Amino acid sequence: MLTKEEAKKIIDKVLAYSKADEMSVQFTGTRTGNIRFARNTVSTTGETENLSLSITAVLGKKVGTSTINEFDDESLEKAVRRAEEIAHLAPENPEYVSMLGPQTYQQTTGFVESTAEMGPRKRALLAVDSIKPISENKLSGAGFLEDSARFEALGNSKGLFGYNRETSVNFSVTVRTEDGTGSGYGSADFNDVSILDTRTATNIAIQKAIASQNARAVEPGKYTVILEPLAGGELVQFMIRSMEARTADEGRSFLSKKGGGVRLGEKLLDERVTIYSDPMDSEIPGSPFSEEGVPYGKVYWFDKGVVKNMVYSRYWAQQKNVSPLALPGGFTMLGGEDSLADMIAGTEKGILVTRFWYTRWLDPQTQLYTGLTRDGTFYIEDGKIKYPVKNFRFNESPVIMLNNLEALGKPVRVRGNMVPPMKIRDFTFSSLSDAV
Amino acid sequence: MNRRKFVQLSGLGLGSALLVPGFAAGKIIHPEEFMSPGLPPATKKMLADVALNTATSKGATYADVRIGRYLRQYFFTRENKVENIVNSESYGVGIRVIANGTWGFAATNNVTAEGIAKCAQTAVEIAKANSEIQTAPVVLAPQKGVGEVNWKTPIKKNAFAIPVKDKVDLLMTVNDSALKNGAAFVTSNLFFVNEQKYFASTDGSYIDQDIHRMWPTFTVTAVNKQAGRFKSRDALSAPIGMGYEYLDGLDSEKKSVVGGPTVYRYSYDMVEDAILAAKQAQEKLVAKSVPAGKYDMLLDPSNLGLTIHESVGHPLELDRVLGYEANLAGTSFATMDKWRSKNFQYGSDIVNFLADKTQPNTMGRVGFDDEGVPAKEWNLVKDGILVNYQATRDQVHMLGENASHGCSFADSWDSVQFQRMPNVSLQPGAGKYAITDMIKDVEKGIYILGRGSSSIDQQRYNFQFSGQLFYEIKNGEIAGMLDDVAYQSNTQEFWNSCAAICDEDDYRLFGTFFDGKGQPGQASAVSHGCPTSRFNGVNVINTGRKI
Repeated sequence: MLTKEEAKKIIDKVLAYSKADEMSVQFTGTRTGNIRFARNTVSTTGETENLSLSITAVLGKKVGTSTINEFDDESLEKAVRRAEEIAHLAPENPEYVSMLGPQTYQQTTGFVESTAEMGPRKRALLAVDSIKPISENKLSGAGFLEDSARFEALGNSKGLFGYNRETSVNFSVTVRTEDGTGSGYGSADFNDVSILDTRTATNIAIQKAIASQNARAVEPGKYTVILEPLAGGELVQFMIRSMEARTADEGRSFLSKKGGGVRLGEKLLDERVTIYSDPMDSEIPGSPFSEEGVPYGKVYWFDKGVVKNMVYSRYWAQQKNVSPLALPGGFTMLGGEDSLADMIAGTEKGILVTRFWYTRWLDPQTQLYTGLTRDGTFYIEDGKIKYPVKNFRFNESPVIMLNNLEALGKPVRVRGNMVPPMKIRDFTFSSLSDAV
Repeated sequence: MNRRKFVQLSGLGLGSALLVPGFAAGKIIHPEEFMSPGLPPATKKMLADVALNTATSKGATYADVRIGRYLRQYFFTRENKVENIVNSESYGVGIRVIANGTWGFAATNNVTAEGIAKCAQTAVEIAKANSEIQTAPVVLAPQKGVGEVNWKTPIKKNAFAIPVKDKVDLLMTVNDSALKNGAAFVTSNLFFVNEQKYFASTDGSYIDQDIHRMWPTFTVTAVNKQAGRFKSRDALSAPIGMGYEYLDGLDSEKKSVVGGPTVYRYSYDMVEDAILAAKQAQEKLVAKSVPAGKYDMLLDPSNLGLTIHESVGHPLELDRVLGYEANLAGTSFATMDKWRSKNFQYGSDIVNFLADKTQPNTMGRVGFDDEGVPAKEWNLVKDGILVNYQATRDQVHMLGENASHGCSFADSWDSVQFQRMPNVSLQPGAGKYAITDMIKDVEKGIYILGRGSSSIDQQRYNFQFSGQLFYEIKNGEIAGMLDDVAYQSNTQEFWNSCAAICDEDDYRLFGTFFDGKGQPGQASAVSHGCPTSRFNGVNVINTGRKI
């Protein structure tokens, strides 16, 4: 992990060699480690470190890139010349937009020393904390833990410079009963490993595995569902990642309007739906800049159900005379104060969904997706979980789903996003699955 | 280029089961560097011996080493411009050992005797550390050393030797042809991969391989802004284990169905397909929305290949069956008790699936796998009955066999090799039976081509697939195009509904270029061959919605 000063020194050296019209440098360093277990024993472990410097040279509207992981003066100069040669060879890019000048970036809080310093022993201890209760319960577990520490520095010949570093640790575990009739899942992800408790996530998976045994078949159809944050968050994420302004303007997006134009400013979702991104969010801190150096700030995508913003590349923003807006990694969806247990208690009849699996688009125009429930699907009656049910295939659109909103619970962090549990009416289950 | 950017530029709807190998892994290079030969075999042998000798001297009872040079050239275009060209080389060494009965793996990009010795020592240390929490020692099937050998994909034209300009010109012609024929938008891509892999093991094998594969593809979109509708059609090409000759567009490898599509075998006409795609995307805008119900399905290899991949290839991976993939991809319905029974009816009695690492033009074709096992073929399903799985050296003893199937693969020098799918293909029917014959025999059916939306559960029972082109069949004739089609079934029910399979003349390949598996995820490429096949009484749903 290089410091800001160390990274800047190398970037400045690279830029000094440039003979191109414009040059930018992206410098990243990553250390990742992982441990994987299955059938209650470790199967693979690994650790890799990588430093990589990417140089982009621009000649008129011709762009060339080279990468290098050696940082002596001679190698750096050679890489600069190679980028310039590749730019010479490249066809003109009519959509090339001149590089950004100096920008102001916020200081994010995504780097935690204890996570950056993780090693094989810490990983093994966290894995054992998961494996032990699984074995004690005579169940079978498979899990994966991956941690990373990363820095990213950007610089260009117009004076732009940015530096950010972040850490993350992700854990997931699937617990199955020995007879194969029950399966449960637990997961957690943080920037700070000291918050990670693999035993707690595993206990949830154990409970779900035991509770989901011998599931009953329930007819597919439209149901009131409570989507745990992992399930609902997946569909919302797909929708957020489809908010490109250019495709909407071109008439091939769910944000395109019949007869032309886009749905910016239109109320598209239930008024309780507010979704934004904020790299300064302490729960899910993100990078302060995009790959091109566009600063990330707090951006509302939906505010009280209204489409507030779309993603604009620098080229498309220039065409449309608006500011560029890049899509950051995570999003926050506001919710209420109810816990998942409160939401179950307030449900007369419904289905509780732990997570979805193999979710794929069906129609980008309507944001229709298909996928299956997995690792714990339960029937709720009179405020109580009555029995496990067999898994369903769903065919549903997050746009339709977020118009059929009954209630939102308290958001929690899942896969780098803050997502509430959601109670949805008329959620479409199209068929049954025998999979456990 | 990150994964999100790749998906955006390529127009490929990649999901969790598709992986994009790291483009930034290794170096971006000048295209001329593709043709440099790399290290001479004698040097590679010397370096491999350093790895093997160091590992055994530190306590390894087995070791293998892979010196890998992975070349990739990817083109991304839209309409009249090139969005990106990636020329990359990834180069390094991966060393795998068994010490104290436990696997250990380490990798380095320091390809020197010192770097390799240090890496081998690390691999042994990791194995010994892991052995403290290992419950059972590794059981490795024997593999006789093959000495110094080499193998190369038999290509006619090395894609990496073709000038960048020629490839850009081709894509620009493709895009221009689509736009002139009614497309509003078009993205097109060329993907070329060359794996130069040197494998050596303490068994006495020194194997030098040069493996090539490629994928030309595009997505054409037609838009009706007034109606607020848009429809796309993807290329009907196959990712394939061939050289640039695949793009020759030979008439002899082409077949047109009256009132229906044009399909390609071992030679692809990308420009012609783009023109057809533009016209068909416009047809889709006004196609009839399918009434949901039961239909007899005629599935072209460009569609059925994915169904084979998901419902036969993956569930018969032995590591999945045993629970090693439970946390991500899941397990399998095809449990070992079903295999042991010797009477599990996977499909109807005309259904035969062959696993084959030797099949010409396929992406899974190699001389040897990534643990030095010679390529072979074997039956997975014979006359409808489940007869075997796919296994590696450390798994095959569980099947009562003493020779690996040769299914070990790593997607990079710094990835540990593990069980990956071989080519899995549905065998042609006996006797003469063409697509046109099959259409004549159907009263109420749908003929589907191309890869569309796909989803299958974590034990590979329930699936739903869509496609690119849907033709209604009424009373033995194609009766126009349909839209909003997806078919749902479960694996055993579906393959048991297989009522007819076309003959060898119609046998074509489908492939997946970026198939994901494992944690951390690795991508592999594999082909699936089959002729057009008929399935009776399949459930079709209508996917049309309004928002």
